[in-house]
Amino acid sequence: MKQTEVVHKQDATGKSTAVAASTRKGSKWRKNIVLDMMLLPALILTFIFSYIPMAGLVMAFQNFKPALGMTGSEWVGLEHFEFLFSIPENVQVIWNTVIIAGLKMVANLVVPFIFALLLNEIRRAMFKKVVQTIVYMPHFLSWVLVGGILIDLLAQNGGLVNQTLTAVFGIKPIFFLGDGDWFRFVVVVSDVWKEFGFNTIVFLAALAGVNPALYEAAEVDGAGRWQQTWSITIPSMLPITIVVGTLALGNILNGGFDQIFNLYNALVFDKGDIIDTFVYRYGIIGGKFSFSTAVGLFKSIVSFVLIVAAYRMAYKLANYRIF
Amino acid sequence: MYHKSKAYQTFNVFNIVFMIVISLICIIPLVHILAVSFSGKAAASANLVKLWPVDFTWDAYVKTMANENFLRSIWVTVQRTVLGTVIGMLIVIFAAYPLSKENSSFKRRNIYIWYFVFTMLFSGGLVPFYILIRNLELLNTMWVLILPGAVSVWNMILLLNFFRGIPKEMEEASLIDGAGHLRTLISVYLPISTPALATLSLFTLVGHWNSWFDGLLFMTDYEKYPLASYLQTVIVQQDFSKVSVRPEDLENISQRTVKAAQIFIGMAPILLVYPFLQRFFVKGIVLGAVKE
Repeated sequence: MKQTEVVHKQDATGKSTAVAASTRKGSKWRKNIVLDMMLLPALILTFIFSYIPMAGLVMAFQNFKPALGMTGSEWVGLEHFEFLFSIPENVQVIWNTVIIAGLKMVANLVVPFIFALLLNEIRRAMFKKVVQTIVYMPHFLSWVLVGGILIDLLAQNGGLVNQTLTAVFGIKPIFFLGDGDWFRFVVVVSDVWKEFGFNTIVFLAALAGVNPALYEAAEVDGAGRWQQTWSITIPSMLPITIVVGTLALGNILNGGFDQIFNLYNALVFDKGDIIDTFVYRYGIIGGKFSFSTAVGLFKSIVSFVLIVAAYRMAYKLANYRIF
Repeated sequence: MYHKSKAYQTFNVFNIVFMIVISLICIIPLVHILAVSFSGKAAASANLVKLWPVDFTWDAYVKTMANENFLRSIWVTVQRTVLGTVIGMLIVIFAAYPLSKENSSFKRRNIYIWYFVFTMLFSGGLVPFYILIRNLELLNTMWVLILPGAVSVWNMILLLNFFRGIPKEMEEASLIDGAGHLRTLISVYLPISTPALATLSLFTLVGHWNSWFDGLLFMTDYEKYPLASYLQTVIVQQDFSKVSVRPEDLENISQRTVKAAQIFIGMAPILLVYPFLQRFFVKGIVLGAVKE
């Protein structure tokens, strides 16, 4: 129906307009070619380093032998995936990841939220700036450096933390990095230590966007600071909190490779090994290419579904779009 | 009114104290490492050092600076950081400009956006990536540290959102005056995007300085290790077999004060650069990330 209409119009208006339209379209195409050229380097690099490895995922369905290559290796179907779910140790790795990532997710939402509320109450601009500069800083240090510092601080014999604990509470030194439960605790707390300041930024931005007239009106009505916080500040932070929370959901299979890899050791593999570290040890170091690719593919698919769902939810709940 | 109430004043005092405590918690670990690095060997191994050096000495730094492997790895890192930041920023700038256009004036924009965003959501994983790098014969080259991470989709999105905040009239005026897109980008967009550019440069620079895994994975030749990979091997893994051959070196590298000195040198450039760029990045991120 639509198409016939278009054709009909062109016929009616005659040849000259049709030609003009096509040259206009042509020049627009040419004008935009500059824009395409600008994108070219990024397009090529992304193709090579992101899309070509995706083709390598077929390995997950093969018994990949480096000598035979992807075309020569034997096909085994879903064997590696079955293996992943048939061995208790493998399932444990998935659980570890979900537990560690889940704890981090909650902590990294609650702590920055409260911290932003408290920081917002500071009136002295200079003091506020100094605090902000200090708490953002750990975000910029790598997990190698933070890991090095933590290993030193948490040492069982003579680390500063154990020294302090013994001196203040008189408890025996804790083997922080050698005991599974303590290891998880350290992972979550150190992640919060490193990131809470930086995560505060987005909440502070939301707070800065609250209309001051609301507070003025509330004050005229006789509301105290606590009442103002409860009925103006917190509701206005809700949308961004929902966004941050839902987007974090997509990362439930990301326990944080950099951090775990730099803190763990064989003593805590049972409770501290996450999918990414497992893939590295098995796949790259252990040479089990196909199996670890299958694990990686499993993780990618679950994450993909979760992230897409999270974006949709964030869009629905808080009308949020990233681009 | 509430400012004068007793309850609020008490809260304020507590709040200020709390902020000071939190700030201290953030810097005490760094102060401790710094104190250990300046302490005497004996005091450090007896765990006597808290937040102030005991038996002050430069010894650890002298030993570190005499360590060829350490210096070489710094040089690798400096090269990759400079080259990687320049290349990365150029790619991001040139990609963000077209992607900031409206769908109506640049129809293919949507396809491109999804092409990039998809890579954030889904990846081939570590093993296929490693095999690709090996097949491209990029192992043990500087390029492996720069090219795979050169397209940062996240930075692209931040910058394109910043570009969108620039008034349309400026672009129109520039195009009417006869400037092309390239000219408009360079003479109009870039000069007013300083906060965003400073922010993204800081992120890229810090990313390269801190990056350790690619070095560990793709450099079979330890002489090509960047600083962060070297530190990972020596301080975190404590695997000295890879970086040191002579027994007399071993003693120097494994010493606690020397490790502390190396950690501190590893973060010194970040601690130096960051405060100057910090005032930009809050503005840059906020404008890029939070929209009405």
